[in-house]
Amino acid sequence: MRILRTSFSAALLGGALAASLAGCASGAPEPSNGSATGQLSGTVTVFAAASLKSTFTQLAKDFEAKNPGTKVTLSFAGSSDLVTQITQGAPADVFASADTKSMTKLAEAKLVDGTATDFATNVLEIAVPPSNPASISSFADLAKPEVKVVTCASQVPCGTATDTVEKATGIPLSPVSEESSVTDVLGKVTSGEADAGLVYVTDVKGAGDKVKGIPFPESDKAVNTYPIATVGTGKNKELAAAFIAAVTGEAGKKVLSDAGFGTP
Amino acid sequence: MSFELQASLHARNFDMSLSLADGETVAILGPNGAGKSTLLGVISGLLRPDSGSARIADKQLFNLDDGTRLWKAPHLRGTALLAQEALLFPHLNALDNVAFGPRSAGASKVAARETAQHWLAEVDAMPLANRKPSQLSGGQAQRVAVARALAAEPELLLLDEPMAALDIHAAPLLRRVLKRVLKDRKAIIVTHDVLDAYMLADRVIVVEKGRIVEEGPTRDVLERPRSHFAAGLAGLNLVTGTLTEEGITTPDGRVFAGQHDSGWSPSPGQAGVAAFPPSSVSVFLGDVHGSPRNSFPVTITDLEPHGDQIRVRAAGGSAQALSADITPAASADLGLVPGMDVRFVVKSALVAVYPA
Amino acid sequence: MNRRSTFGYHGVPRWVYAVAAVGGMLVVLPLVAMVAKVNWPQFIPLITSEPSLAALGLSLRTSAASTLLCVVLGVPLALVLARGEFPGQRLLRAFVLLPLVLPPVVGGIALLYTFGRQGLLGKSLEVAGIQIAFSTTAVILAQTFVALPFLVVSLEGALRSAGNRYEAVAATLGARPTTVLRRVTLPLVLPGLASGAVLSFARSLGEFGATLTFAGSLEGVTRTLPLEIYLQRETDPDAAVALSLVLVAVAVAVVGLSYGRRRGSAASGGQA
Repeated sequence: MRILRTSFSAALLGGALAASLAGCASGAPEPSNGSATGQLSGTVTVFAAASLKSTFTQLAKDFEAKNPGTKVTLSFAGSSDLVTQITQGAPADVFASADTKSMTKLAEAKLVDGTATDFATNVLEIAVPPSNPASISSFADLAKPEVKVVTCASQVPCGTATDTVEKATGIPLSPVSEESSVTDVLGKVTSGEADAGLVYVTDVKGAGDKVKGIPFPESDKAVNTYPIATVGTGKNKELAAAFIAAVTGEAGKKVLSDAGFGTP
Repeated sequence: MSFELQASLHARNFDMSLSLADGETVAILGPNGAGKSTLLGVISGLLRPDSGSARIADKQLFNLDDGTRLWKAPHLRGTALLAQEALLFPHLNALDNVAFGPRSAGASKVAARETAQHWLAEVDAMPLANRKPSQLSGGQAQRVAVARALAAEPELLLLDEPMAALDIHAAPLLRRVLKRVLKDRKAIIVTHDVLDAYMLADRVIVVEKGRIVEEGPTRDVLERPRSHFAAGLAGLNLVTGTLTEEGITTPDGRVFAGQHDSGWSPSPGQAGVAAFPPSSVSVFLGDVHGSPRNSFPVTITDLEPHGDQIRVRAAGGSAQALSADITPAASADLGLVPGMDVRFVVKSALVAVYPA
Repeated sequence: MNRRSTFGYHGVPRWVYAVAAVGGMLVVLPLVAMVAKVNWPQFIPLITSEPSLAALGLSLRTSAASTLLCVVLGVPLALVLARGEFPGQRLLRAFVLLPLVLPPVVGGIALLYTFGRQGLLGKSLEVAGIQIAFSTTAVILAQTFVALPFLVVSLEGALRSAGNRYEAVAATLGARPTTVLRRVTLPLVLPGLASGAVLSFARSLGEFGATLTFAGSLEGVTRTLPLEIYLQRETDPDAAVALSLVLVAVAVAVVGLSYGRRRGSAASGGQA
């Protein structure tokens, strides 16, 4: 409780300072953040969507290796949960969202510095058990009555994307279950309960051998864009900007595309 | 013989055989842990002996001998059990408690209630018919429990100290009820109370340590006890030894002069007992002049009030405990305290001597 | 049953009250905070929306069904555990109580590998044309799995404290074992059975993890109230809070009912 309160008041203070000192603070070297020579140091706290867990863990490691003396603290959760946490005063320097909606929400709360940068895209893919018992080969196959398909519920981003694809293709699905998270969808597929599930291509890649991915052309009807931004109440803006640069740079793009993400 | 039992249960050091004639009520007397409740458990089928057999008339209750494993479940035996506590089913009123047996035997609700009313009337409990057990006193509940047991039409009624949990005012009424309903009925009543044995039983069986030590018609056993327990119940001193013409000689050589049955004399070396009431014993300090017969040095172990007398308990050389009843005044005059060496003198006219 | 001393002295140090107050607050304060967060003007529309009503209805139906199943299966289990004598009895008790301490997700996974399509029994069931996964049956199974120990524990306790003396007497009065069970044992432990059933119902109502893992989440079929709350939280926190309050209200009513019953039975159980 005390930690939260302290950081919350620090964030308030930081915001007030930023507002009153706007302009005259620019360029002033801050010993804790770095130096005029471009040598970075300190800690940056990154709040990232759960689907970015493996890529951002990798990116953070690379970043720390490249910039000795820096430390990247990562916190993963659902994008909307992260927005709630940041607005409640959680100490974040960078926010990487799995959808534009959450980023917009944070911007509406005046907690985004400048504008967000889109750094990755994600599309849906069909996940089936390795043996593909229902012989799924296309999106239309999912609508067959004997096929047990599991999707995300409309309330969560992957479910919204599913709805969009259904509307765009005019093929309505009748899922046997509408899960509240990608993990739950994958769980039903890996256990063999469901014949197919609709998740993001990165989720299929992340699941390894346990599921087989079947891409389908209609997935481009619902491209999910991942924006990243510095948080207005952040304490280490310079390091935050450097981290974002690393994510959007060539090395970052490579890590992301290896995991299945597309480029915006 | 209409009821016969022979059973042993090693885990409880229990080995008894007994039989009941038709219409006979037998009282089982004995100290705590003697095996009285075990006996009832074995008869009712709640407890399984290692070996033995039992039957009521032609109905075999169990037979665990000769390789047979016949074992009738309790509900097939017709041996209703009445325990120390009434154990009325708390969710049923008195009438339905009594109707439980007939209902279980397959009677219709109406018929069972009629039977129940009959038996409630029989134990003077008709006004209690609609009461729940929680609204009954201990004595009332026990009378209803008697009615419930009888309504099940048991071939053998088992009573396990039915009066023990009742207060002193409730017991006499229940005893009267039992005297009435047990008449001409096969029943076994376990009791601590000599009054129950006198009033309710035709015959007494004394058990100790899982064995039958004495049995016979109630009057005989209580008037001429052969076991220390029965003597204690009858309030008599009991000394065992060898019969002689003049009385009895204890193993350590003390001689108790007493009265044989008229016209009877013992054969040499025959074992016997001498029984005499504590009131026949006087207490003296120091040596007594005159006849040394029936005069023994003892050490006082205890003094306690007994009615309007003081009961002096003492142990003699042969470790046979004896009691004397004397007046409080005499006790005070003599200055009796436990540990004191005194002399007990027994009036030989009041000592009954008979074979063991 | 009246354990209160006839004197006024109760011997509880004052500081215990202070600590007890903190403990009480730990439970009560979050509930108060939640109530404070409820969007009251929208409360009725929020809880009467179609998904909300579907979830509430499903929860009540499945909880009732699993409570029934708990009684049907739990009464014999409790009887066997409390009165029976057989090898492995202690082990069986330990296993029956396991769902009490098991994380519900683990229960869900275990159920999946039993009744799922690839599961131990699921394969045979599928051959027989019975599919449990993603069905309301799966929800009921999951709820029964987690709620059964509540009924068994409650009833076994009642059976033990009742003892078997009444049953012995009933048997000597000529009642066969089934009659004894029906007319003596069950009426005697009825308060324990009732409170056990009520607790089972409450536990079923709150079941989340095993259902989510094993049954899935589909409106009107498998999406019970807790799953609906979990889902609504993503987009509509107001609805989640409103539904949480409904769940709390039902739980309070159910537990209150149970507590009231138990007190009542304690007061009338003095005769034994």
